[in-house]
Amino acid sequence: MHPEIRTVVKDINRPLPMTPAETAPAPRRLGAASSAEKPQLKASVRNLNFYYGETQALKDINLDIAEKRVTALIGPSGCGKTTYLRCFNRMHDLYPGNRYEGEIILYPNNINIIGAAVDPIEVRMRIGMVFQKPNPFPKSIYENVAYGLRVRGVSKRSVLDDKVEAALKDAALWDEAKDRLHDLAFNLSGGQQQRLCIARALATDPEILLFDEPTSALDPIATARIEELIVELRGRVTIIIVTHNMQQAARVSDYTAFIYLGELIEFGDTDIIFTNPGKKQTEDYITGRYG
Amino acid sequence: MDDTRHSADLKAMIARHKLKDRAFAVLGVLATLVGLVTLVVLIADLAVDGLSRLSWQFFTSFPSRFAEKAGILSAWVGTVLVMLVTVFSAVPLGVAAALYLEEYAPKNWVTDLIEINVTNLAGVPSIVYGLMAIGLFVYTLNLGQSILTAGLTLALLTLPVVIVTTREAVRAIPSSIREAAYALGATQWQTVSQHVLPYSLAGIMTGVIIGMARAIGETAPLITIGALTFIAFLPPAPLGTQPPFLSFEWLMSPFTVMPIQMFNWVSRPQAEFHLNAAAAGLILLAMTLLMNALAMYIRYRYRKRIKW
Repeated sequence: MHPEIRTVVKDINRPLPMTPAETAPAPRRLGAASSAEKPQLKASVRNLNFYYGETQALKDINLDIAEKRVTALIGPSGCGKTTYLRCFNRMHDLYPGNRYEGEIILYPNNINIIGAAVDPIEVRMRIGMVFQKPNPFPKSIYENVAYGLRVRGVSKRSVLDDKVEAALKDAALWDEAKDRLHDLAFNLSGGQQQRLCIARALATDPEILLFDEPTSALDPIATARIEELIVELRGRVTIIIVTHNMQQAARVSDYTAFIYLGELIEFGDTDIIFTNPGKKQTEDYITGRYG
Repeated sequence: MDDTRHSADLKAMIARHKLKDRAFAVLGVLATLVGLVTLVVLIADLAVDGLSRLSWQFFTSFPSRFAEKAGILSAWVGTVLVMLVTVFSAVPLGVAAALYLEEYAPKNWVTDLIEINVTNLAGVPSIVYGLMAIGLFVYTLNLGQSILTAGLTLALLTLPVVIVTTREAVRAIPSSIREAAYALGATQWQTVSQHVLPYSLAGIMTGVIIGMARAIGETAPLITIGALTFIAFLPPAPLGTQPPFLSFEWLMSPFTVMPIQMFNWVSRPQAEFHLNAAAAGLILLAMTLLMNALAMYIRYRYRKRIKW
């Protein structure tokens, strides 16, 4: 069953605050052609509870994720938005004492990705992640991007070359990196490293791409480039982004969820959440009345 | 007026504090000098006695009844071969144990107990390892008083050092790197073998070299297993001219090593042999310092290349 999302898709083509020098070379291969169609459902979260040992971090969350759209999660520090995001690729399984309850159904094949029967490695093969701090491997730029493919058993040089180039182009890093593919990734700037991490995730064609505050360690110009990239990726890959920068959520997302103290307070079309929120708590947070 | 008086008080107080500052600096220099001067005097003393004996002949001669004809050929070859056995047994065992403890083992009281034990093993007197080796390797496993026995004994001795330094090197890798690998769908073994191990390699090598530098000077456990012998021949060569070309006979050969050769010479009454001991000591010291320098170099290179 594919319940349709009822909210109206807003116009995504609002300008981003870019300096002219920064906007110049970005390749626009992805396009935003399908933005008028109604989105399909990519995942639905049902009665999700999450526990770190005895501490409950997420309380009974129900939330739908639209396919090939950007869903933003906002809320104050410690509210559980990152915890929520990390449920989607079973990152919590890496540490002992964590427990999920409820379901995250991934469409179209209707599997519960937090179910005990589902291998977290399969989930991570299908759902990619970009972390808060750029975390490239201490390998070359090329090997960073190729790593996900190598894990998937790709070793043919020509295939790797093509995929690495395509991923770097998609992450708007190709022009800066093409002449130094075999340099150490640490030689890139922070913003370039984060785009490299995006390329690394994109190279494996993930169904959903998770962004965990991807710009919190970056300067405003690097941030603007990442935001532009997210807007470009929309329409091709489903994106969930955690941010505590509300302007960022407003700029890049189609839907916004406000989470507070582990509970989903409000979820809806980004324009509506930011202009006419339904709940007092949301309004207080958006207008800056929360600490 | 008031202000100037206040300022004078401050100046007096700062001067008193600075006096303590200088006093500690002097104390620190003295403490450093004690260690440094001792080492320099030691090396100088060895050099004065031993330099006259250092010659090509010294390296290429077997021990002899005549001090001026005696050399360290069997000793340095023995040391190299024993170290070879030590490296090839201690490194795989130690690295595997450390990776298991750090990456795979559940964090519970059993793991804690193992960790405490491993750390304590590093402090066990080496003669105790010798006693264990004579019971286990020589009598139970019938390996004899051989290079193999000596290498394995020293491997046990260095194992805790390798485990502890490997764990530290592995722990220094930020969890964000592991998460990056897992998030791309890597299994635990892929993460460990393709990321954790290669990135901690320099740290592991540093630990291995420091462990070896300790083992190379060990005498007590080797005397215990019966290495105190006058050896005037070399073990069978590991490479042959006939198939299968590789031979492991040398593993079972009797042997001597540098510190034991030194001990042998020092315990003789004739002063000429003491000169030989000093010369061998110089070479052993040079070997150890060289290994430590190599460890420092690797660490320095690594720090320059990888910054988390």
